[in-house]
Amino acid sequence: MSEVLLKPAVVDLNAVTQSVVASGPEIIIIIGACAALMLSLVHHPRQNLLLAGFSVLMITLAASMSYFLADYPQSAYSGMFVVDSFSTYFKMMLYFSTIMTLLMSNSFLSKENLIKGEYFVLLLFALLGTMLMVSGTDLLIIYIGLELQAMSIYVLTGFLKGDVRSNEASLKYIILGAFSSGIFLYGMSLFYGLSGTTNLSEMAVTLSTQDFSDPMLILATLFMLVGVLFKVGAVPFHMWVPDIYEGAPSPITAFMSVAPKAAAFAVILRIFMHDLLSLQPIWILNMAGIAVLTMALGSFVALVQKNIKRMLAYSSIAHAGFLLLGLVAGGKDGMASIMLYLLVYTFMTLGIFAVIILLNKDAAVGEPIEDFSGLAKKHAWLAFMSLIFLFSLAGIPPTGGFFAKFYVLIALIDKGYVILAVIAVLLSAVSAWFYIRIIMLMYVHPAVEKEAIPIDLSIRIVLLIATIGTLMTGLLPAWFLGFAADSLPFGFS
Amino acid sequence: MTASLLTDSVMAGLPILSLLIFLPAVSALLVPFLSSNNRVRWFTFVVLFADFLIASWLLLDFDNSTADMQYIESLTWVPALGITYKLGIDGVSVLFLFLTALLGWICVLASWNSIKERLKEFMICLLVIQSLMLGVFCALDFFLFYVFWEAMLIPMYLMIGIWGGDNRIYAAFKFFLYTLAGSLLFLVGILVLYFEGGRTFDILALTHGQYDFNVQAWVFVSFLVAFAVKVPMVPLHTWLPDAHVQAPTAGSIILAGVLLKMGAYGFIRFSLPMLPDASQYFAPLMQILSAVAIVYGGFLALAQTDIKKLIAYSSVSHMGFITLGLFTFTMNGTSGAVIQMFNHGITTGALFLFVGLVYERTHSRDIPAYGGLIKVIPLYGIFFASFLLSSMAVPGTNGFIGELLVLSGTFGVNNWAAGAGVFGALLGAAYLLSLYRQMLLGPVSIPGEAKMWDLGIRELCCAVPLLIFIFWVGLYPKPLLSILQPTLKQLLGQIMGRGL
Repeated sequence: MSEVLLKPAVVDLNAVTQSVVASGPEIIIIIGACAALMLSLVHHPRQNLLLAGFSVLMITLAASMSYFLADYPQSAYSGMFVVDSFSTYFKMMLYFSTIMTLLMSNSFLSKENLIKGEYFVLLLFALLGTMLMVSGTDLLIIYIGLELQAMSIYVLTGFLKGDVRSNEASLKYIILGAFSSGIFLYGMSLFYGLSGTTNLSEMAVTLSTQDFSDPMLILATLFMLVGVLFKVGAVPFHMWVPDIYEGAPSPITAFMSVAPKAAAFAVILRIFMHDLLSLQPIWILNMAGIAVLTMALGSFVALVQKNIKRMLAYSSIAHAGFLLLGLVAGGKDGMASIMLYLLVYTFMTLGIFAVIILLNKDAAVGEPIEDFSGLAKKHAWLAFMSLIFLFSLAGIPPTGGFFAKFYVLIALIDKGYVILAVIAVLLSAVSAWFYIRIIMLMYVHPAVEKEAIPIDLSIRIVLLIATIGTLMTGLLPAWFLGFAADSLPFGFS
Repeated sequence: MTASLLTDSVMAGLPILSLLIFLPAVSALLVPFLSSNNRVRWFTFVVLFADFLIASWLLLDFDNSTADMQYIESLTWVPALGITYKLGIDGVSVLFLFLTALLGWICVLASWNSIKERLKEFMICLLVIQSLMLGVFCALDFFLFYVFWEAMLIPMYLMIGIWGGDNRIYAAFKFFLYTLAGSLLFLVGILVLYFEGGRTFDILALTHGQYDFNVQAWVFVSFLVAFAVKVPMVPLHTWLPDAHVQAPTAGSIILAGVLLKMGAYGFIRFSLPMLPDASQYFAPLMQILSAVAIVYGGFLALAQTDIKKLIAYSSVSHMGFITLGLFTFTMNGTSGAVIQMFNHGITTGALFLFVGLVYERTHSRDIPAYGGLIKVIPLYGIFFASFLLSSMAVPGTNGFIGELLVLSGTFGVNNWAAGAGVFGALLGAAYLLSLYRQMLLGPVSIPGEAKMWDLGIRELCCAVPLLIFIFWVGLYPKPLLSILQPTLKQLLGQIMGRGL
């Protein structure tokens, strides 16, 4: 009797150690977040810089740990958490976007006179949440990650306490976000009821014998999809996107449009394209419809926007639609195309947001598109970089944005969805209009204000990396493509 | 012989086409660091002239006896998707490389004084456009081709939008969106062909493939949209007058001289050899559309009072001859079409150049405001007259050779279209002669009493080479034809051998 009790304990200890090592990057981020909270209590004239530097350091540590762990794919915490090339790919993207956000935040925070340690702490927690989302192989872990990042971003959205837009955005986001989380949770509980487990791989086994016309299963699938599609900003769950993008502090908008979106796509890919792939017949038609609607609404409504952040919000909706097409295509190419697209999207979106932060004089004034007027005269290089980001967002070669779309189209046509491809390209021609409109403003219109904008070093770094990334993904896509294709979910054939 | 052997051994390892393509673009990186505007002008000129010398060398060194691709370069690019960096030229491409390179440095000279603002950016645009255009004519990989083809929108959009006339923003948007929409459908067509041809973007491999008629027909339509926008064919031509009128002189020269040719080049390189059955099936439609373009463009040109608009519509009409010739599938028709492409580049480029020259002096493009220019600036008048005669296809000029070949190829294939062609040529004489009469003859009238001066040395340097080509091709077209013949023979073989 005592032997039987003892034996599992020994095994558990090993498993615990292994699990702790496997989740090392997450633990580093937690420690980092807590330490940052402590650090913020120490008053120092350059506290912002200190905290930002510390956060970047912790993320770099976590990134290097992830890098080493990538060679040892393993399942941890009794199958709830996984370290595989898929999660590593996404984590690298998340680390990257968080570091870029931190670098961008510096000048923004001092401009807005926001010296608050919580900013960095919350950002780290948001990062942690997204990391759990991409590593979770159990619905509970995924849900915890989803909520953790959402909670952190709710607060960050309302960080500009004096700004009505920011407060409103935060409140809207909380209400709608909580609602969508509830729907996701409901879908989860239905799945649990159907399969008796929350573990994805066990669920896959149980559900493989299920009848697909079972209304309960359809309901469960749709509810869970609605939950994640909300995070992605797909039509008809997109209502929150413009207001929240506009109201949130610009660096947070940048973060929000890349990290949680990438993580949400990772969740979709892991659940619906890998473990529960057998459910595909239930959602594939809906997904094609949603993708087209999302692209159409994003492209057309963006045409009439006067605020640059709102415009980018609709543009991000349109891009989400394009990404969903990759989901419709499915298969190896479909998945790899989504992963590559997200990477390219990260580069170009962070780049254009860095420009917006620079142009933004005061959050209270808003961010009219006219801010870009005459930029080419004042800052030729800045204008040129914006030009690259905008053409990339519009999907014109030789930028990364073109290759990303190109690869999605390949995946689509390979599966015979030629009509969808035609619709997609026509809508992306529509969306080109609002990007090139900004280019016209930069190069043709006279400047509103003559004075030059101070550009600090950290933003210079962000701009440079984003530009290089946007161009390299377009000119030499082979390396990035290989990276994405090699990182398909563990065991995917 | 020994000299050529020597150069062969030296040139063997040199990627001459890559050099030709990327010399301007790489040089563009240096432009921001030049200190004075004058240096920027000279630097751009020297670079593009050097590029022109490479292109001329290629034309001379080109082997006329074979239809195979020459100077092939091949590097892997994205192996996972079967994308390679592959270049090579045949008789048709080498001709357009030469034309593009020739017009390149002429554009610099044409913009010498007329561009006053943001000269650096302008010259960078010019250099980048040059690279991309040369790339389009060399690419043997569909992906690479598409990248060059589409990337060209960026500098062209900027050129029209920044340095254009009063209504430039509208024109730039229209140009961009028309071309983009067309190109994106083209992309879908390419991808369909990619899967049909066994996951390769290699143009030569795809050319040898066999495709179902249904596939061919749909792909043909998707290609047609892209090429018809570029050519432009009626009814997708409406962007052209706006773009031409608003673009700066160099932009108009590039648009008329090279960009429009890309549509026709697309037909030659892709639609005809890859989709022979569909090409035959759609040929009557193409002939009708071309005939409509010839006559309709001619009538529209007749009604214009703006010089640039008149030439723009005359382009629509003349490009109709080109598509008409291509879709007759006769040796005369196709070689006439290709010669006419070359001619149109030279002649219309020259006309836009000369409109630019007079606009620089008077800032007016209103035809009725002018009169008797030949008395004020006789040299200008003589050159302008020669270019107009060439555009009118008077015997002895290049235009005559092209139109004659096209029409002789068309008679027998489609007499109605040929009849429309003859009528279009008559219309051409009507509007071009009337332009000549109104501007150059009659009592002297200069809009705004502007100061006039005759052609300077710089302007002569642009005009003389163009004039030489007009008469050379007009009087002795054999060298051009002999470069084209093997390639076109093979092309016709591909269409007829497998079609129907």
